[in-house]
Amino acid sequence: MSGERIVIKGGRVIDPSNGIDAMVSVCIAGDKIVAVGEIPIGFEADQEIDAKGLIVCPGFVDLCARLREPGQEFKATIASETAAAAAAGVTTLCCPPDTRRVIDTPAVVNLLRERADSVGKARVIPIGALTRGLQGKELSSMMALKTAGCVAVGNAYAPVENLLVLRRGLEYAANCGLIVVVRPEEPTLRNRGCVHDGVIGSRLGLPLFPSSAETVAVAQTLVLAEQTGARVHFGQLSSERAVAMIAEAQQRGVGVSADVAIHQLHLTESAVIGFDANVHVNPPFRSQSDRDALREGLASGVLSAICSDHQPHDPNAKLDAFPATEPGMSSLETLLPLSLKLVEEGVLDLTSAIARLTEGPSAILGLGAGTLNAGATADVCLFDPIQEWTAEGTDWHSKGLNTPFYGSVFKGRVTMTLLGGHMVHCLRL
Amino acid sequence: MNTSIQFDATGKLRHFLTIDGLSRELLVRIMDVAESFSSVTDQQVKKVPLLRGKTIVNLFFENSTRTRNTFELAAKRLSADVLNVNIATSATSKGESLLDTIRNIEAMSVDMFVVRHEASGAAHFIAQHVAPHISVVNAGDGSHSHPTQAMLDMFTIRQYKDDFSKLKVAIVGDILHSRVARSEILALNILGTEEVRVVAPKTLLPDHPESLGVNVFHDLDQGLEGVDVVVMLRLQKERMSGAFLPSEHEYFSYFGLTEERLAKAKPNAIVMHPGPINRGVEIDSRVADGPQSVILRQVSNGIAVRMAVMSMVLGGHGETNTGGAS
Repeated sequence: MSGERIVIKGGRVIDPSNGIDAMVSVCIAGDKIVAVGEIPIGFEADQEIDAKGLIVCPGFVDLCARLREPGQEFKATIASETAAAAAAGVTTLCCPPDTRRVIDTPAVVNLLRERADSVGKARVIPIGALTRGLQGKELSSMMALKTAGCVAVGNAYAPVENLLVLRRGLEYAANCGLIVVVRPEEPTLRNRGCVHDGVIGSRLGLPLFPSSAETVAVAQTLVLAEQTGARVHFGQLSSERAVAMIAEAQQRGVGVSADVAIHQLHLTESAVIGFDANVHVNPPFRSQSDRDALREGLASGVLSAICSDHQPHDPNAKLDAFPATEPGMSSLETLLPLSLKLVEEGVLDLTSAIARLTEGPSAILGLGAGTLNAGATADVCLFDPIQEWTAEGTDWHSKGLNTPFYGSVFKGRVTMTLLGGHMVHCLRL
Repeated sequence: MNTSIQFDATGKLRHFLTIDGLSRELLVRIMDVAESFSSVTDQQVKKVPLLRGKTIVNLFFENSTRTRNTFELAAKRLSADVLNVNIATSATSKGESLLDTIRNIEAMSVDMFVVRHEASGAAHFIAQHVAPHISVVNAGDGSHSHPTQAMLDMFTIRQYKDDFSKLKVAIVGDILHSRVARSEILALNILGTEEVRVVAPKTLLPDHPESLGVNVFHDLDQGLEGVDVVVMLRLQKERMSGAFLPSEHEYFSYFGLTEERLAKAKPNAIVMHPGPINRGVEIDSRVADGPQSVILRQVSNGIAVRMAVMSMVLGGHGETNTGGAS
């Protein structure tokens, strides 16, 4: 054991990966967890962290957060958004490949990782592109991406030209041992739509983005996943029917997983009344029954991860008529409080909520994070479950202020984040 | 619906963006004020000095002839100064943002924007961002709202029919893309219309059409049975290439208003159309020019209703508006 020795004492430790929920200590030496429980004999801490009244859990793992770098530094940067991640208790985040230099070569993978390492606020896991330049036509160099360290590939919001390209992509990815992350959307059915095809969207006369654009894509992808044996993960589901289809496939033993964006578990189609561009998201907020089905799917484990689907924007991106604005919400820093709200509303218990933010997403991509196992990297989040705070001003770290929750009062706040044993966020009151 | 943006802190009408959330009293008042302006249009000197010294900007991001002309005439008959800005051939094609366009014209000390835009929600967006002394009147945003058209249609109906609570009204055609239909349905329901029907093939209806507060028909003969008012909507040529419909011919055969079809409605039924009409596509010339057609009356009523709305929003007639539904 080398490096600084830290003991986190007096807190309630919740580590779903080990079934721990107890008032115990967490001992860290250097960048590793040494023990959770009694302080081992002979362990002398250089630093004691008092966690009285706090919950101590593994750092959160976010399967979908856009950092906008490289290419859109006017929106946000790796430095700004990983600082926001640290303030949100997120220690590992996956970056989709649709940066403005697409993540389709080892060079861009390395660039992202090097910049993230030099900032040192969070681990960044680049998701590689499934097709070259995300053009949907030719396969990307997946073997090279794998060699560069990618664990998964995907096409983000970009459509694949046809189903044959998707089938070949799934086959080749399976051959490389890469997981394929799919944001299910059939572009022809979406047809420039931006709101749910429900009562509200019909009344407001906004272009409709039907649920079938998602369910048709899920159905097609599931068939091809079974045929090719590819390991598919569906990101940011929005519809009741899609959850049911994935549950059915899982029951038949198909290796498929899914996540949901945190805001989809709270807002519904009625959020667009008043045309607030900050609730313009893709996929759109759907009906109450869709939202309830997403909550049930999360509780039952069909959806094994909550992601932030963080999409910071510059102010201009949202300053236009609703359909002309760019979709997406800045959502890293509301991830924990909105997850705790699910607990408060009885959707799932605290341990399960933490599981969906830690071991759930980690297991999907096989990251080995999201745990306080002895020997694991010491990525730890400490939060105060009852502290109230206002999401604004200096308490907001992301460069993107594009969220309907900006200025809202939340209950539950990250007070400290350790990344590999180093303090990357500490709330000073 | 958050329509509080349409009213100022004292409950006075500040913007006119949507019919949604307005009270029956306010709609009736708009029609009453329009009635008082109808006579102005018949005078030798067609002007009243109500908005003298005010500057009204017609800000049209989408082409329109009739709506812009009637807004312009309405403003001039109220003695306002009018600036017509046709953005379709102007600044935004040079890359200027919507907000920059607004800010620039705002800097010319204007009092009102009359806005038409192809995106739903554009008028709301502009209303949320204009300086506090500027009012916005929505002259049509995307498929969302066209409240002055709805009000001139209500005004026209009132001139021919006594009591909304005894009326059956059929709106026929492309409901899906129609801001006129959405605004009319709201207005008709607020005014207590006995039955509002929409008649269209499924491809031209939004999802959950009944949630708009209408009875839905897919057959024109059934939809026209016993109605007092028929509102025909324009069919855009693009609907064929977008696979909404097979052909104009088939549409006219099944949804076009002919004399034979009109006979299903009540004998004294009136026929309306927001224009411009496509003869032989949604309406037969013999009906458009026939005795039951009030299409040209709609156009002249457009001036009086727009005078009413502009005068109520910019003062004069607006002081006692407590029209917001609670």
